[in-house]
Amino acid sequence: MTDTTPSMAAPKPQADRRWIERYPFLPALGILLVLLALNGVFSPNSLSYRSLTGLISTYLALMMLAVAQTYVVYAGDIDLSAGAIVSLVNVVIVVTMERLGGGGGAVLAALGIGVLTGLACGLINGIVVAALRLQAIVATFATSIFFTGFALWVMPVAGTPAPALFWRTYGGKFLGLPFVFYVVIALAILLYVIARTRLALQLLAVGDDAQAAYQSGLPVVPIRIRGYILCGVFSALAAFCVTGDTASGDPLVGGKMTLFSVAAVVLGGTALSGGWGTVAGSLFGALTIGLINSLVFFIGTPSEWQNFVQGLAILIVLMAGILVGRRARA
Amino acid sequence: MMGSVSLSSLYRQPLVVALALILLLLVIGNWLSPGFASGTQILRLLIVAALLGIVAAGQNIVILGGREGIDLSVGGIVSLSAIVAGNVMHGTDAAIFPAIAACLAVGAFFGLLNGLGVTLLRIPPLVMTLGMLGVLQGLLIVIRQGIPSGQAAPALSRFVTQPVLLGLPGIIWLWAAIGIAMAFLLRRTVFGHRIYAIGSNEHAAWMAGVPVRRMRISLFILSGMFAALAGVCLLGYSGSSFANVGEQYMLPSIIAVVFGGTSLAGGKGGYTGTMAGAVLLVILQGILTTVNIDESGRQMVFGATLLLLMLFYGRGRAMRA
Repeated sequence: MTDTTPSMAAPKPQADRRWIERYPFLPALGILLVLLALNGVFSPNSLSYRSLTGLISTYLALMMLAVAQTYVVYAGDIDLSAGAIVSLVNVVIVVTMERLGGGGGAVLAALGIGVLTGLACGLINGIVVAALRLQAIVATFATSIFFTGFALWVMPVAGTPAPALFWRTYGGKFLGLPFVFYVVIALAILLYVIARTRLALQLLAVGDDAQAAYQSGLPVVPIRIRGYILCGVFSALAAFCVTGDTASGDPLVGGKMTLFSVAAVVLGGTALSGGWGTVAGSLFGALTIGLINSLVFFIGTPSEWQNFVQGLAILIVLMAGILVGRRARA
Repeated sequence: MMGSVSLSSLYRQPLVVALALILLLLVIGNWLSPGFASGTQILRLLIVAALLGIVAAGQNIVILGGREGIDLSVGGIVSLSAIVAGNVMHGTDAAIFPAIAACLAVGAFFGLLNGLGVTLLRIPPLVMTLGMLGVLQGLLIVIRQGIPSGQAAPALSRFVTQPVLLGLPGIIWLWAAIGIAMAFLLRRTVFGHRIYAIGSNEHAAWMAGVPVRRMRISLFILSGMFAALAGVCLLGYSGSSFANVGEQYMLPSIIAVVFGGTSLAGGKGGYTGTMAGAVLLVILQGILTTVNIDESGRQMVFGATLLLLMLFYGRGRAMRA
């Protein structure tokens, strides 16, 4: 896709290495293409326009959440509350749409409130981790419990339906093309713009060496807070996709997505230690998880073995991605 | 150990902080619901804390070993071990020791895989153990299809829940023994000193002849075995195992370690604090379950209190030019 996050390291003489320096998501893209081909071999139908659209609309939420996670990982942080933010925004927008009557205006108002909710959650995470200097893993786990509690307060039990206008639009077509197609285009443009902003570069600089970034005059704490805010906003976008896909509110819907978002970021070639990576890679990483899941289904794995084979395949791909990425950078 | 510690630095000792907070929470708990700090209640909480504390022992040494050491797979190993134990013992006392041996072997095996991935392939521990967690969760589903959940042997249940010696259940004694063994291991053995060495400066430790890889692999093996042991005890506590019982230990075991004053950066801390951290966490949860508020309020208070408590412990350093 269209990511041009500048690589921090100096270019190496060898041509292939220079390519991977410039486009660190290439191994992820390679793995993705192999999986796509394998899917095609075992089920030719899976490469049809319809199936691919289905794949993207199912995994668009994870793609958004992987992007969200990427921005904090850029700065060497992590957000274990991303899934809880998805749950919270999901119930907030569903309840808002219901209260306001479910019309077009209600949907837009709900989406606005949803973005603000994600932003507020990100701000809280940022303050807790960057300003109060708590350790990111445990602090964002604590905020995830808080956000989940808040989501349960907004909607104690799952099941409130989203208005038909919302999920019909998300799952429907517009000018002959699936709506998710436009979402993907908009996302690509948005990510391209963000990658060219100063913030993306600053996050990478902080992740690469926070002390050096500080000494060269970067406001490290505000930058890390902005990273978490960006993460919160993209988590809200992920919640919109979840709501479009499930057409209802569920205060626990996002919980399981957090660790997958971390896995997608790593699959995409971004270093968890910070300072190196791309959002495009994370998008490929999220799709890789989706393709592994469908491939496991297509090769006829017995249903009780599917989760095991998926888990094993993801572990192997994670290791392969890290090894390839390291060789390329070495 | 604290002979020469001045009063002003006393409150910076994580163990002192944890013990003070435990006392404070007990007072608050007893005030909110009279009888909370009674002997039987505290004993009940200690049993739950022991389960968490045993998992946290393994987590503790992996974290002490540094290089972003962390073990997210412990939750999966606890669940798997509870199932294996239940099926090997099948409610018969005679099969308890074979069951424990089988579980420890399972825990050691997955710990070994984690350790090999982290050392030979140099996969970051977070990624390796996260991937392993996915594998374990899949494995649990496979096992659940084929076999029943199994049953705890009566003697095991008695050991965990009934008084054995001096009015205390066996698991408390087991936990105390683990606490003493860990303190001895970390302070008095070469192995223990090497954990701190690789945790504070891996390269220097390597230059000094510490077998860094073998050390790190052993830490993950030990973590797997502690988690497996906790799984056996958990089976004794609940009678039979159910799906993903262990998941509730994954992140709390890390929090117990942090509340015990061990730095996630490695090389600094110990297990005595972690034991206090586990008790602290369990008392907090105990208070929240006795207080009459609904689940949403309980979770919000729990999350906010965790953050508040974290402020008492090692915060990162501020940036200085």
